[in-house]
Amino acid sequence: MNLLAIIFVAILANNIVFNQFLGICPYLGVSKRVETSLGMGIAVIFVMALSAIVTWIVYNYLLFPYDLGYLRTIAFILVIAGLVQLVETILKKTNPTLFRALGIYLPLITTNCTILGVAILNIQAEHNIIETVVYSISVAIGFTLALIIMAGIRERLDLANVSGYLRGAAVSLVTAGILSLAFMGFSGMMTL
Amino acid sequence: MNIVYALVVLGGLGLVFGGLLSYAALQFAVEEDERVETIADLLPGANCGACGYPGCINFAEKVVAGDAPVDSCIPGGKAVSDRVCEVLGLAAVASDVKKIAQVYCLGTKDVAADKFEYQGVPDCKAAMMYSDGFKVCKYGCLGLGTCVEVCPFDAMYMGENGLPVIDKERCTGCGICAKACPRAVIRIVEADRRGKVVPCNSKDRGKATREACEVGCIGCKACVKACPQEAIVVEDFLAGIDSAKCDDCGECIEACKRNIIKDVVKIA
Repeated sequence: MNLLAIIFVAILANNIVFNQFLGICPYLGVSKRVETSLGMGIAVIFVMALSAIVTWIVYNYLLFPYDLGYLRTIAFILVIAGLVQLVETILKKTNPTLFRALGIYLPLITTNCTILGVAILNIQAEHNIIETVVYSISVAIGFTLALIIMAGIRERLDLANVSGYLRGAAVSLVTAGILSLAFMGFSGMMTL
Repeated sequence: MNIVYALVVLGGLGLVFGGLLSYAALQFAVEEDERVETIADLLPGANCGACGYPGCINFAEKVVAGDAPVDSCIPGGKAVSDRVCEVLGLAAVASDVKKIAQVYCLGTKDVAADKFEYQGVPDCKAAMMYSDGFKVCKYGCLGLGTCVEVCPFDAMYMGENGLPVIDKERCTGCGICAKACPRAVIRIVEADRRGKVVPCNSKDRGKATREACEVGCIGCKACVKACPQEAIVVEDFLAGIDSAKCDDCGECIEACKRNIIKDVVKIA
């Protein structure tokens, strides 16, 4: 598999938020300001890459050899939750600056469905370890991209004269829908 | 046999991560001052930022480290600062004067003239960018509610006449609204003061004020002459009443030709 194709598809053509409906909660929840959405995005990139590597190892060397593929969901949840907690504990001691920068987003990500989703997608697509890393980071970049675009629009929406019935959640969801429609333009270009 | 593998693998994973976590918790333990948590619980938790720090927890950290004065929490007032002192083992310092915000403008839509019709972003700061606001008066309230938006305590709402109204019960005097107001119409005053007040912010000359607004202070000094306590001073064509000297006699209200001197208790 061509790595460039993986990057393109993961970021644009098959964007995790706009095309796969994963990670909608943080997408709507943390996209009020560009600054916070960037923080969230960086935390997701970091955790996604790390958890994808570990889950790939767990699946290919522990679950698969013993024919335990059906256990992957629960095993991955365990691995991801434990891993994020571990990283948080270590970061707090060794790098308080980064710990503060990632802040609340790090524990928030533990329950993020994109992390689990990507771990499972990697298994389904039978990626090798390099493809796994590239794919996971690309998906996380795609997520960050979606988050920042949305935050940029919502910062402007705050100042726009929106009709009373549409204000708040309604106009955010309409915006999300139109954005998703725009990203559909990429989806015909390439598939994995 | 399969079920044994499943148990071993999943249990093993759990055990490994559990072990790693407890090892990390011991190895990488960060000593946290438990007073930070205690103080954070005492604070109002509104994260209003009146103390100068982004949130209550940041203030708690700073106050424990000794970098912030204990009485910085304005919404909490004396009650909170006393308890913070108790936790830190310091002597109480804060004075017990409750403060609230007050709007120094009476220029409602029908009495204060507009220069032009403004249809931009409904925000006072944005409106100020177009030739310093759409009202003829350069000092009065624009009435777009930027102060209402920023109030962390829901203590303000927009009155029907286009002036913000302050809920005196809810207002903590944190001063966020006063900082947000681009025209500095809102002032922080003592909550239990009595007497009369001139709720106007116009420093224009009499003629200009007269043209801009029906209820602006023109600085005619009629009230100054009428006041037996000499509590009123006119500065920059705007009368100000010293609440320490005012004995609430009401002579100034009689004397004011514009009828704009009010009883502090009766205004918002």
